[in-house]
Amino acid sequence: MTTVEPMTASALQAAERPQRFGALYIAEHQLRAMRAYGWTIVVSSVGSPLVYLLGIGLGLAAFIDQPVASGPAGPVDYVWFVAPALLVAAAVGVATEEFTYVVMAGFRWRRIFWGMNASPVSPEQICSGLVLSVAARMLFTTAVYYALVVAFGAVGNPWAGLAMPFVGLLAGLAFGLPLLAYSATLTEDGGQFAVVQRFIFTPLFLFSGTFYPLDSVPVGLQWIGWISPLWHASELGRQLSYGSTPGGWPWVAHLAVLLVMAGVGWVLARRTFVRRLRG
Amino acid sequence: MSAPVIAAEGLTKTYGSLTAVAGIDFEVPPGESFGLLGPNGAGKSTTMRMVGAVSSRSAGTLRVLGLDPDTHGPAIRSQLGVVPQEDNLDTELRVRDNLIVYGRYFGIPRRTCATRADELLEFAQLADKARSKVDDLSGGMKRRLTIARALINEPRILMLDEPTTGLDPQARHVLWDRLFRLKERGTTLVLTTHYMDEAEQLCDRLVVVDHGKIMAEGSPSALIRQYSSREVVELRFGSERNAPRRRGSRERRSASRCCPTGCCSTRTTARRSSSTSPPRVCTPPRAWCGAPRSRTCSFGSRGGA
Ligand SMILES: Nc1ncnc2c1ncn2[C@@H]1O[C@H](COP(=O)(O)OP(=O)(O)OP(=O)(O)O)[C@@H](O)[C@H]1O
Ligand SMILES: [Mg+2]
Repeated sequence: MTTVEPMTASALQAAERPQRFGALYIAEHQLRAMRAYGWTIVVSSVGSPLVYLLGIGLGLAAFIDQPVASGPAGPVDYVWFVAPALLVAAAVGVATEEFTYVVMAGFRWRRIFWGMNASPVSPEQICSGLVLSVAARMLFTTAVYYALVVAFGAVGNPWAGLAMPFVGLLAGLAFGLPLLAYSATLTEDGGQFAVVQRFIFTPLFLFSGTFYPLDSVPVGLQWIGWISPLWHASELGRQLSYGSTPGGWPWVAHLAVLLVMAGVGWVLARRTFVRRLRG
Repeated sequence: MSAPVIAAEGLTKTYGSLTAVAGIDFEVPPGESFGLLGPNGAGKSTTMRMVGAVSSRSAGTLRVLGLDPDTHGPAIRSQLGVVPQEDNLDTELRVRDNLIVYGRYFGIPRRTCATRADELLEFAQLADKARSKVDDLSGGMKRRLTIARALINEPRILMLDEPTTGLDPQARHVLWDRLFRLKERGTTLVLTTHYMDEAEQLCDRLVVVDHGKIMAEGSPSALIRQYSSREVVELRFGSERNAPRRRGSRERRSASRCCPTGCCSTRTTARRSSSTSPPRVCTPPRAWCGAPRSRTCSFGSRGGA
């Protein structure tokens, strides 16, 4: 009579590493998969800041003679004002790609989440691993962006500004994790992602005090900024670059809003993954 | 006598008001090759998912390797190899990389994954495709790759959900051969199939499932002996155009040999065929024969009647 006890013991032991590092394994897989479109990532990470910074720094700024924004020491260069917002928008842009179609592919088109699901890795770890890999891509994007921002002299205090890539990352997650939670519930792409892109991301990008201060927006529309991770993160980035605007929100408030958004999204996303993969 | 590696009692799964698995009991001893045979919607995949610790049961008890999937999912899954009904290979990765990333999920060091990947590609006769894109593989190759992937963690139990559905006869035989080798090495196999001939080839023992219940249980040969009694001839009266040109007969005749689940056993057919047109004999188990609902399989040319 053989018993199952030795098998039970080795099963319990074999599960230890995956239970600890499962999310990293998933991230490793996702990053490997990103290599397939690695060039697109690199080109867009370098290309889009170049286009925006050149266009605004050399083009648009030349037409703006009135100071648009000011720091504690008076008016600042327009490009100083815009650069943090552009950097943040780049991270949020990554989120709109990676937390929509990639999620749909994982559950539905390539079905790779189901493959992962049959391994010792848990649904929560699949979710976390995906988030980790996207966070890595966002951080790459924002770091490249920041390097170009420095190169263009588009930052007041380049040292304090070193935290800006992380602010961008936080914005990407504050926008992206709730989006991930939503995407993970979808069983079919009936154009919802295009709606997110056109009717959520684009208006947020335009009305979040990206190109002009939020208080120059009609009061009736200012709430868009208040609920927008783009605005909160841009303001944080500006404070790093040239200090806080007189009369603005304290930086902790911006940080808190971003953390709450990302935190709520994180909890919801993990829950959705569990519900979907453990049906 | 060995303690079972899988033991299910009153295993049940409901989705809302639908009962997909309606209280089934079975045990699988180590090294056995165990089959679940049944028609579409019988509850085979659902059972596999519960055993695979990815779907929680609604009632009953279930132990896999002595562990409860509800509380020890990761430990159970670490010892399983899973070949799902629908392939879920990563088509954006190359063939060999698919195996390596999968091995990583089990916490296997990269280097070990790479060695095993090469061995498994050899085993699955895909060594020359190692650097191909998954999309460039044929259906049979993808299936073999999925099986290779399921073996990367050297599983104690290999779970195969319809391993050969959609493959041509030759590809099926290649797969059977590979699975047979695994069985000889002592891997416990649990597989689902629609085909009695596949069950005959691969299973030591099988249960016939329908509507979430076990209808019959035994070795494939015993089940065939027990249930294949008289021939059931299915007659179809086709139009002139669709009727086969046979002298003196206008009606198209196709008789089918069927397993209880409406799947045919080609091997048995060949053995028993006597008449000129290859008859296929339909022999549902008694439990079904009595039932008025039609369970006949039709194998005539399409578009008839
Ligand atoms: N996630 C789900 N939600 C709701 N119903 C489900 C779900 N999965 C399966 N079912 C239902 O449970 C029943 C059994 O399905 P299952 O997939 O287990 O059948 P099967 O025996 O594997 O069939 P097939 O041979 O077609 O693969 C079916 O009626 C199916 O519609
Ligand atoms: Mg099935």
